[in-house]
Amino acid sequence: MRELTAKSFELRQVVLDMIMQSGGGHIGGDFSVMDILVTLYFKQMNISPENMDDPERDMFVMSKGHSVEAYYAVLAAKGFFDTEKLIREFSTFGSKFIGHPNNKLPGIEMNSGSLGHGLPVCVGMALAGRMDGRQGRVYTVMGDGELAEGSVWEGFMAAGHYKLSNLCAVIDRNRLQISGGTEEVMSHENLADRIRSFNWNVISVNGNSIPELNAALEAAKDEKEKPTCIIANTIKGFGGGETMENKAAWHHKVPGREEYEIIKAELTRRKEEALHE
Amino acid sequence: MNKIPNRKAICDVLLEKAKTDRDIVVLCSDSRGSASMAPFFEQYPEQSVEVGIAEQNLVSISAGLAKCGKKPFCFSPASFLSTRSYEQAKVDVAYSNTNVKLVGISGGISYGELGMSHHSAQDIAAMSAIPNMRVYLPSDRFQTACMMKALLQDEKPAYIRVGRNPVEDIYQEDCPFEMDRAVVIRDGNAGEAVSGGKMDWEQMGEVDVTIVACGEMVRPAVRGAELLKEKGIRTLVLDMYCVKPLDTESLVKAAERSKLVVTAEEHSPFGGLGAVVSQVVAAQCPKKVINLALPDAPVITGKSQAVFDYYGLNGEGIAKTVVESLG
Repeated sequence: MRELTAKSFELRQVVLDMIMQSGGGHIGGDFSVMDILVTLYFKQMNISPENMDDPERDMFVMSKGHSVEAYYAVLAAKGFFDTEKLIREFSTFGSKFIGHPNNKLPGIEMNSGSLGHGLPVCVGMALAGRMDGRQGRVYTVMGDGELAEGSVWEGFMAAGHYKLSNLCAVIDRNRLQISGGTEEVMSHENLADRIRSFNWNVISVNGNSIPELNAALEAAKDEKEKPTCIIANTIKGFGGGETMENKAAWHHKVPGREEYEIIKAELTRRKEEALHE
Repeated sequence: MNKIPNRKAICDVLLEKAKTDRDIVVLCSDSRGSASMAPFFEQYPEQSVEVGIAEQNLVSISAGLAKCGKKPFCFSPASFLSTRSYEQAKVDVAYSNTNVKLVGISGGISYGELGMSHHSAQDIAAMSAIPNMRVYLPSDRFQTACMMKALLQDEKPAYIRVGRNPVEDIYQEDCPFEMDRAVVIRDGNAGEAVSGGKMDWEQMGEVDVTIVACGEMVRPAVRGAELLKEKGIRTLVLDMYCVKPLDTESLVKAAERSKLVVTAEEHSPFGGLGAVVSQVVAAQCPKKVINLALPDAPVITGKSQAVFDYYGLNGEGIAKTVVESLG
């Protein structure tokens, strides 16, 4: 787990370099969601470049598609594509590394970017898995601002109705969106209860703790009657230190040179700290 | 008069094919009755999914099923399917390239007296504008069945619009059909209906007018051709069920031989069959084109046939337009 935590800071550095090179990206959400993606791809999901044609593989949809830099960085670390090429070509003219996930790239099942699509698509995947008696599980990662989309609740409704225990949705609950705090923009008071009332199993954890996330994802597998939602309470900009953390302005801000050096130093420090904890 | 609506023909094909294909999945949004899919839900409950009145969910769930190897056919009234779930059709189906067949039932003004909320007079325009989305409006039950069998053979997205009411037969059991080729129903002389791909265009002489129609407007186009024949006006009728990809080859061959092209469709005057036919004819063989369509306004209240008659979307109206234009 310590190595994975260290890796999460290394991959945030990749994200930072992608954004510096391209001059755009959603860095705040990338940093908050990174631990969720690292836990899923390196501890939980049966997804690799070798098994993408295997119908028994797990399925993943990145519903908060704007955190594409974190997603691409993790896929590169899994061996789906080259990290240096990713940093060099991200969002450049004619690049395959578009600024939202697209399934012309290896490892990506569905195109996303418009919010509120991932969960309903995963309901379809989970239904297909059940029809065919497959063992693979279905995962999606959503943002908390995204929860204002009505289609998300259509997805919650159908998954609860069909008792899709092979489905797990993780919410990156960083409590910030582009205009400010999620609770001011559109509140999600009693979020766990709301989702539970749709016949879901709900687990709340520290979403920037890989051990806690991993334990929750393990517990989700034991639930046989309902789908599971993990509310991953995160800090937007996590890893970026005082400069970035918990600041709505960093939703898609590109760091200046000086800020880049400060954030880079902070990521290096946290990585070392994780390794020697 | 035929009593079997095109939606029933769709159900019959799926019932038959599902006997051997366990991957066919039918999804409805509380619409299995109006889709004529209740028999499928009864016979194949394991291959049926009810999503409730939630069209966005309907399309996204279909996309997820398709991504996992299923062959989903999702049914909802065309008015809701084409606009309420438009973004799901664009992103989860077309952009993600999932094998989802979107079936818009009760299309056009099938629900004539129910008002504009229940009319789909913009679905051709909306769906055609999405890259990687095909748009089909079959004319009668035989063509609908042929097209369904063809669609089961491919793995690409498509939007299919059918009406609620039975339409008079145009073809017979062995109807001429090739995927994405228009059907020449009247060739201006006395020939039988043939698919555009098999049409011997070289042997065909000049005609006065080509009428291009799709869906429920094909029958009035044929009726119009009969009325024109009585007046000695040679009329070619193209059943352009494939609005996208349009059979431009047959269209251009027909237009080249005509003095006038008339289009007829159950759609808004913008972005439908008339618009795309005009575009192609203007670019490839400039001829006068007249578009007959519904008005750019909420249509008058009434059963669909009465509404068609009111706007001249019938054999008489089409013939009158041709006569007036040809002088």
